[in-house]
Amino acid sequence: MSGEARQAAERLARDRYGRLLSVLAASSRDIASAEDALADALTAALRDWPASGVPRSPEAWLLTVARRRLIDGARRRQSADAALEQLAWLTEGAAAPLEAGFPDARLKLLFVCAHPSIDPAVRAPLMLQVVLGFSAEAIAPLFLAPPARLSQRLVRAKRKLREAGAAFRVPEEEELPERLDAVLDAIYALFTQGWALPFEDRERRAELASDALWLGRLTASLTGERPEAMGLLALMLHAWARDKARRDAHGRYVPLSEQDPALWDHALIGEAEAIILRATRHASPGRFQFEAAIQSAHAARRLSGRTDWPAILRLHDGLVAISGSPAAAINRCVALAEVHGPGVACLELEALGGDSRLDAYQPYWAALAEMRGRTGDGAGAEYAFDRAIALQADPAARDFLIGRRARLRGLGSTRR
Amino acid sequence: MQYMLLIYGDEAGLAKTTPEQMTEMMGAYRVFTEALVAAGALVTADRLQPVANATTVRTTNGAMQLHDGPFAETKEQLGGYYLIEAPDLDAALGWAKKCPGAARGSVEVRPVFAMPAG
Repeated sequence: MSGEARQAAERLARDRYGRLLSVLAASSRDIASAEDALADALTAALRDWPASGVPRSPEAWLLTVARRRLIDGARRRQSADAALEQLAWLTEGAAAPLEAGFPDARLKLLFVCAHPSIDPAVRAPLMLQVVLGFSAEAIAPLFLAPPARLSQRLVRAKRKLREAGAAFRVPEEEELPERLDAVLDAIYALFTQGWALPFEDRERRAELASDALWLGRLTASLTGERPEAMGLLALMLHAWARDKARRDAHGRYVPLSEQDPALWDHALIGEAEAIILRATRHASPGRFQFEAAIQSAHAARRLSGRTDWPAILRLHDGLVAISGSPAAAINRCVALAEVHGPGVACLELEALGGDSRLDAYQPYWAALAEMRGRTGDGAGAEYAFDRAIALQADPAARDFLIGRRARLRGLGSTRR
Repeated sequence: MQYMLLIYGDEAGLAKTTPEQMTEMMGAYRVFTEALVAAGALVTADRLQPVANATTVRTTNGAMQLHDGPFAETKEQLGGYYLIEAPDLDAALGWAKKCPGAARGSVEVRPVFAMPAG
């Protein structure tokens, strides 16, 4: 029993942190104090639950305890007037039913983290930490920053939002464009974080994906169906529709080109297609719309039985032109190989190799290995496969690459 | 919450404006001030004389000294301010964007410390 209670508290701390914090911060308008109050509540849960049992609604229990801490803190810290004002917010929040607090608290907080008064470089890390519950240690490598320095900048950003009195709401129409991109990036980071988890961690993956999809839907509707918000939503729906097809009956990795379209979720694909169509009517293309359109072109195989590579290559051209990112350029090379052969694609990939950021970028080495293998450069392919395999964290995807490398060796020996 | 909008601009450039341009600028400031008054947001506002008329008082090594000119020589000088009441930083930034000073130079928005009541 006590072990169960401890696990329940720890699970909430891991899975619900961002949600709980958002509800607290949205009513207190003070992220740092909300963090302290939530930490206190979680400590209290670890202490009390093993003896008293897990409450019927653990989240409501945590919120009640944390709100009490916030109110005590506000009383201690602030002048009479300011404390009264804050108490009004807090009690307003407490009066609202729990579920009513959830729908837009996290979205509201995402937009607060993208506030124009915050250094643009800190916005995405702030969102990941505050709203999505990532630790500074987990975020630091994503932004190539030392954890201690990043933590310090996050603390400073939270203090500024509180002390300068940033508004805690989804911004008005005219302020949306400057904030929306950072919010979309953070939602996509949440989705890809789940996507990259080991396949066996089904429950956690499904939860991260449904969180990201839910935030994506909410962002699209609350921002008046901005084209890029819809593009991101369609992209995530397309990816998630293929989740089950990514492994065969034996748990082996299946690349997109070899997946059985019958295993795709056709309802999700249908929803994604309708959203892309609505987005393109705005005639305002963007990164996420191109990425969604590429997914859409791949998904068309379920109807036609074939992949229209020239169309996919044109979309990749558009994406590279608009994003200029090396990741987009690598994906384009894969489509290029299908249309104009591996020779051209290999040359372009080798040229990209000058970018030192790609040294530890797994998809680069996997693509290069494949192209070198197809052009008959056995030794070069072997080296690239070794790099790609060493950088691949997912066991099934690693086994797939090891299989490709073995096949390449087999081809080499029969030719000899 | 109160916010101070500090208006910075190039005084040398301002000295070269024609009387027509000056009239137009004063008109823009009047419209802005009236909008603040109509919204009940204005606490107080003033235009400052040029830094040529400034004198700075400071203590160096325990001795109080006066010297001619502003505290620091900068490319843009503080030329005026609005003290406003706004519900949050976003609203204050909205006013700053509408301030004529933001179109010519820059407007720094500084939250004012809330003093304990009584």
